[in-house]
Amino acid sequence: MTDGKAARLDEIIASHAHREGPMLPILHDVQAEFGHVSEDAKRTIAKALNLSRAEVHGVVSFYHDFKAEPVGKPVLKLCRAESCKARGVENLVAAAEAAAGDRVEIETIYCLGLCSVGPNAMIGKRPYAMLDVPKIEALIREMA
Amino acid sequence: MMVTVRISDDALAIACGADDVAKAFEKAGATVERVSSWGMQWLEPLVEISGIGFGPATPGDVQAILDGGADAICIGPIAAHPFIAGQQRLTFARAGKTRPTSLEDYEATGGWKGLNRARELGPEAAVEEVVSSGLRGRGGAGFPTGIKWRTVAGAKADQKYIVCNADEGDSATFADRMVMEGDPYMLIEGMAIAGFAAGATRGYIYCRSEYPHAIAKLEEAIHKSAHIVHPFVLEVREGAGAYVCGEETSLLNSLEGKRGEVRAKPPIPALVGLFGRPTIVNNVLSLAAVPFILAEGAKAYADCGMGRSRGTMPIQLAGNIKHGGLYETAFGITLGALVNDIGGGTATGKPVKGVQVGGPLGAYLHPDQFDIPFDYEAYAAVDALIGHGGITVFDEDADMAGMARFAMEFCAAESCGKCTPCRIGSTRGVELIDRILDRAPRTRDTVEALPQMHNAPKDQRSLDDEIELLEDLCETMKFGSLCALGGFTPYPVMSALKHWPADFGVATAKVPEAAE
Repeated sequence: MTDGKAARLDEIIASHAHREGPMLPILHDVQAEFGHVSEDAKRTIAKALNLSRAEVHGVVSFYHDFKAEPVGKPVLKLCRAESCKARGVENLVAAAEAAAGDRVEIETIYCLGLCSVGPNAMIGKRPYAMLDVPKIEALIREMA
Repeated sequence: MMVTVRISDDALAIACGADDVAKAFEKAGATVERVSSWGMQWLEPLVEISGIGFGPATPGDVQAILDGGADAICIGPIAAHPFIAGQQRLTFARAGKTRPTSLEDYEATGGWKGLNRARELGPEAAVEEVVSSGLRGRGGAGFPTGIKWRTVAGAKADQKYIVCNADEGDSATFADRMVMEGDPYMLIEGMAIAGFAAGATRGYIYCRSEYPHAIAKLEEAIHKSAHIVHPFVLEVREGAGAYVCGEETSLLNSLEGKRGEVRAKPPIPALVGLFGRPTIVNNVLSLAAVPFILAEGAKAYADCGMGRSRGTMPIQLAGNIKHGGLYETAFGITLGALVNDIGGGTATGKPVKGVQVGGPLGAYLHPDQFDIPFDYEAYAAVDALIGHGGITVFDEDADMAGMARFAMEFCAAESCGKCTPCRIGSTRGVELIDRILDRAPRTRDTVEALPQMHNAPKDQRSLDDEIELLEDLCETMKFGSLCALGGFTPYPVMSALKHWPADFGVATAKVPEAAE
């Protein structure tokens, strides 16, 4: 880890020091800042919170939102839960994966809470509803 | 003359293009007010001008709407629309009418009345008010909210907590999201009342990370209302994509910064909860019902409903449904009325094949069961659950065996891993259903074939044997799992097998009767 990154990590940890149960807020910030939670970061967080590295690793690996490796490409989160299945999301998957290729990551998630207007997806914090094959292909094409 | 246009800024409206419509109105010189959603989701983005609704609107409709045209998408007075007029909105009384984070709007519509009355009554009377309202936990378990409060109020500790479970992970549910995005002060008021009643000074709202709009609204609302709920202090905590964290003890572990593994009960969280302290863990809808109960009195709430299910339930109509959205009504309404009369049947226009009530852990119900009333006990009696009140409709194209397989697959993906029936049973369930669908029953194990295993059958397993094994596995998961995830995953599997055996390629399935 470079000095700049290490300093930023210390800053993140310090910014949550006053909180009860600071682990998840720290991990969210680390994930957002660095795109993943690295081995070095786990050790630093463990030391700061007086935990073992294994305990931090256990938490990181438990939650879908935290990644051990950087994804390195834009992510489209596609809901494949019951309500979106009832509205035909499975018919979009092949086309979406073909359009994405190696350029975009299609991540399966379960439920965005927009269950009457599916199939739904989310890019960053922006939700998209009523997707069909042309719409999802267009969305994926526009992703940088 | 400057026209005021009201458009929702709810995540669903945004997903349907509400921001673009709002921008087009601003460009055309209108004043745009972003309000909460009425809950008529098939009409989003819904535009309101002087009480008249237009939806679903696109930027291309803007000029026509302003010119007094757009008759094709005009729905007339919104409040008189049958979908709204037929409801009994206690929790969602403000839906569509107020700007979500405006303190002014909240106060003007009876906001903080419940908290003020609680403070006049005193903590003990406030708890009793909730007890006599008959309010039961809206997260799914249906435990009497007032009893939980009484337990925490009676516990002695240096610190107590109020935790709001906003980890709304069930597919077909979005009522929590609509409360947090549309009426965040109501939730804050409910939590402040709980804090006052139980003697807790700190509260956490554990909101799933898939709801960034809800988190942003809550943070703004908490900041703006801090002086009103003082000395109660609130904080939003973001989940991290684990469905199981909607289970209360798993949620507490997650808040503490641990893996979201389920804790064994007892001890109950009301006595040993967050950081080992007495904690009230309530669902968003339970807490959001509290301001009404305190403001209008327990009787006004308890007068609605049937049997032991008192008050109203915000029911969420979703999936392949023509008129999807939020429908709050007193308990007792039949499933058929919800799906066919209110929901208008399927969106595709094809016949309804089945509906799942209560999210991924809820049973699939057949149209033959559409006379069942919406009530905790009535659903439990047929091995189903109302859960968080979400209803997913499927048309005749649905593959129910595929949905049963998905129930197991989902359980395997989201299991916390602590107990064996859920962790391993779910994976074995997926394999087993695959074998049933592939017509490829498993051959006997090497160990089974050993000469020493005198009693083990040596013949090839039949399809019936595999079905029986699936039933047996479901039985084990149902009674052997630590929490509702493993314990209720058998519901969608068994109900799909019972009602649609043809989808599994079997003539009839003998599903064991509900055992206690």
